[in-house]
Amino acid sequence: MTARTVLQPADITRALTRISHEILESNRGGENLIILGIPTRGVALAHRIGAILESIEPGSGRVGELDVTMYRDDLAGQPTRAPARTHIPAGGIDGTTVVLVDDVLYSGRTIRAALDALGDHGRPRAVRLAVLVDRGHRELPIRADFVGKNLPTSADERIRVRLTEIDGIEEVTIES
Amino acid sequence: MRHLLSTRDLSRDEAIQILDVAEDMADVANREVKKLPTLRGKTVINLFFEDSTRTRTSFELAAKRLSADLVNFSAKGSSVSKGESLKDTAQTLAAVGADAVVIRHASSGAPQTLATSGWIDAAVLNAGDGTHEHPTQALLDAFTMRRRLHGAASRGKSLDGLTVTIVGDILHSRVARSNVWLLDTLGATVRLVAPATLLPADISTWPVTAGFDLDDAVDADPDVVMMLRIQAERMHAAFFPNAREYSRQWGLGDERLARLRPDTMVMHPGPMNRGLEISANAADSSRSTVLEQVANGVSVRMAVLYLLLSGSAEL
Amino acid sequence: MTYLITGATLPDGTTTDLLVDNGVIAETGSSLSQSGATVIDAAGLTALPGLVDLHTHLREPGFEQSETVLTGSRAAAIGGFTSVFAMANTSPVSDTAGVVEQVASLGVRAGYVTVRPIGAVTMGLKGEQLSEIGAMAQSRAQVRVFSDDGSCVHDSLLMRRALEYVKTFDGVIAQHAQDPRLTLGAQMNEGALSGELGLAGWPAVAEESIIARDVLLAQHVGARLHVCHVSTAGSVDVIRWAKARGIAVTAEVTPHHLLLTEDLVRTYDSRYKVNPPLRRTEDVMALREGLADGTIDIIATDHAPHPVEAKECAWDEAANGMVGLESALSVVHASVVASGQLDWSDVARVLSSKPAEIGRLSGYDAAFVVGSPANFTLYDASASRVFGTEHLHGKGVNSPYLERTLPGRVMATIHNGYATVLDGELLDAPTVAESARVHRG
Repeated sequence: MTARTVLQPADITRALTRISHEILESNRGGENLIILGIPTRGVALAHRIGAILESIEPGSGRVGELDVTMYRDDLAGQPTRAPARTHIPAGGIDGTTVVLVDDVLYSGRTIRAALDALGDHGRPRAVRLAVLVDRGHRELPIRADFVGKNLPTSADERIRVRLTEIDGIEEVTIES
Repeated sequence: MRHLLSTRDLSRDEAIQILDVAEDMADVANREVKKLPTLRGKTVINLFFEDSTRTRTSFELAAKRLSADLVNFSAKGSSVSKGESLKDTAQTLAAVGADAVVIRHASSGAPQTLATSGWIDAAVLNAGDGTHEHPTQALLDAFTMRRRLHGAASRGKSLDGLTVTIVGDILHSRVARSNVWLLDTLGATVRLVAPATLLPADISTWPVTAGFDLDDAVDADPDVVMMLRIQAERMHAAFFPNAREYSRQWGLGDERLARLRPDTMVMHPGPMNRGLEISANAADSSRSTVLEQVANGVSVRMAVLYLLLSGSAEL
Repeated sequence: MTYLITGATLPDGTTTDLLVDNGVIAETGSSLSQSGATVIDAAGLTALPGLVDLHTHLREPGFEQSETVLTGSRAAAIGGFTSVFAMANTSPVSDTAGVVEQVASLGVRAGYVTVRPIGAVTMGLKGEQLSEIGAMAQSRAQVRVFSDDGSCVHDSLLMRRALEYVKTFDGVIAQHAQDPRLTLGAQMNEGALSGELGLAGWPAVAEESIIARDVLLAQHVGARLHVCHVSTAGSVDVIRWAKARGIAVTAEVTPHHLLLTEDLVRTYDSRYKVNPPLRRTEDVMALREGLADGTIDIIATDHAPHPVEAKECAWDEAANGMVGLESALSVVHASVVASGQLDWSDVARVLSSKPAEIGRLSGYDAAFVVGSPANFTLYDASASRVFGTEHLHGKGVNSPYLERTLPGRVMATIHNGYATVLDGELLDAPTVAESARVHRG
């Protein structure tokens, strides 16, 4: 197995900063914006994006967590998953623009589950998707609005995102 | 988890996992849409050989909130002789494709027989068997204790250091047995109080201390007092003389209630005999967790159904 | 029919040939020969006198779906038995001369073993009124053992009268010692495990208190008493005390109480449900010791076949009982012979001569002596097998030993001079019935 680093810590920070600006730009400011991270690493990324938004436009960085375990379509085929916490910021999501945040966009099934989960919490005005890495191979008609880096991969390669908060180190690698 | 037959089989990690998942399930009850699609397409059968509207309804709500198809199969009063009906019923349920069977049976061990007989492949969930166990009741009791102690910060916590006194008909109580094993696993200290006739003949192997005197137990300042339902027919079999004497010796009356700390939890699995094992004041006081127990029952049963029915079968 | 058995090892360890002719042991010694005899090579096999079971449920008449005299006799023969005492809890109950004669004649016709019916102590086993003990004793069935097995004769006055009355006929009361009130709804041995499993307890005192009362009654009226299926350490103590006082009490233990303990109940597998229940390890050890020191006189199977549906249900709905004839000798071997507590001559005593003596069955007091009836079995003590339903030959498959490895195997059984088992296989029913007919002459 060989691992190749594709994003260094500085690359990750730069990508998140750019995504944050793009979010504000597409939302025409920071109003009615909610950033929801998808566990596990999407939550850490959401909090970073929230902090950047806050620094640009105070009050715009409302962050929550959205667990999608109970909405997955592949529960039967895998060992039992322990669900993670869901936390929706006070005030709820009705009428807001929700930006879902995940580390890697691949088949699109996690995002499909997230859209279902979101629907059970209320009715946002719009839902956007931000990912650190888009590696292709989509199985559903889903695309990201904000992408840190597009990484064309083959299906047998593995993308690993490691973040300081969770893994103690900061890098994105491709293993094959 | 393949089946849930007994709390004795649960490891500490498994028990805490169930309680943690139940926390997530409890959150669902506070949402606008109180339903998850998780068990869509799964069939859960409520197989109740004994009446129990409370437990049956609790499981029914739990299954429906997870989008499972739930069928109530009341086996009580069936014309088939008792012995044949468990096997025949099991094979019938297997034929219609049940994924889980929630079984309540008057015979101790019936869920285990169902799970190991080969009559049916479904997950078996013990909803109370004879005088053996009632694992989801103990789980919801533990969940209730943990929430009272830790509130929103309950996830991941055990019951280390908690002192729990269980009072009443231990001999015939499946709730007591399941609680004894689970509370010990979760780190609590358990004390049993009952007349000698209502304690099992030999509990030397149980992780408990036992005594006859409720006043001693109250003065020992327990964190939790769990009162068990006393059934009237016991007095006819000479377990105790009459209700008045039982109530005086082993009932949680107002005087004993007043001696408990304000934050001592008073629990009861229900249905209560007010005025017999528990006074109305005790049942309705702020110490009482009786209604929380009922609400928490749904969350805990959702957690168990989720853990049994999602994920591939273990090899 | 003539058989020459060569090189058999007798219970005392000596090796001999045995010539069987005309229903009796015709000759013993080495290098025997006889033209026309069927030769059975018994080198390495242990010859035991024909086993006698004082406690068998043959279920006929009335419960033929569980067992018949024929099928139970076949189970007995493959287990090395040549005689069984058939318990009285049939339907109708064996409480009249008519029923016991019917059972006895079915046994004669089947021919695999000698079937001696046991008469009920009380009419319908109800514990209220003595049955026609005299008529049964004087019938062609020659009943000498009387028992309400399955129920205890718990009325003290009735028990006293029964003990006194059977003296007239040299009979014995075989008591199922179980205080009915102390065992209401009982499901398993009362102790730590019953409390944990939530199964109603069957306390040892319910057996011990009845035995204590009965030995005192037997002493008072000067009668013989036999205690069925002793199961607790306390019972062994009571019987030891009674024997020391010179009371005419005999006692039996089942093979399963010598090997199995209550821990098996943890599975809620109803094959382990039996009455009296499986007890603690301490009880098993005390029973083995009691058997070794003679406090317990005999081993009896309490062979109790049930149809499959009586066991395929929840524990407390399941019937009590285990089949035991086919496995008895192997289980005795595994429990008390392997432990060194009994040698083969002890086995011959506790499974043949002594039960015959208690039941007043003749022909078992001088095994392998020239001129004595040829009832014996050849046992391969070096064999070992995983016990399975293919080893069961009665109707019941409710054996607690299925899938267990048991030592030994019965290779041949000779009953009244003719074979019922040869080369480890049962002979077919018509062959055995014909042999029996020829023997009767």
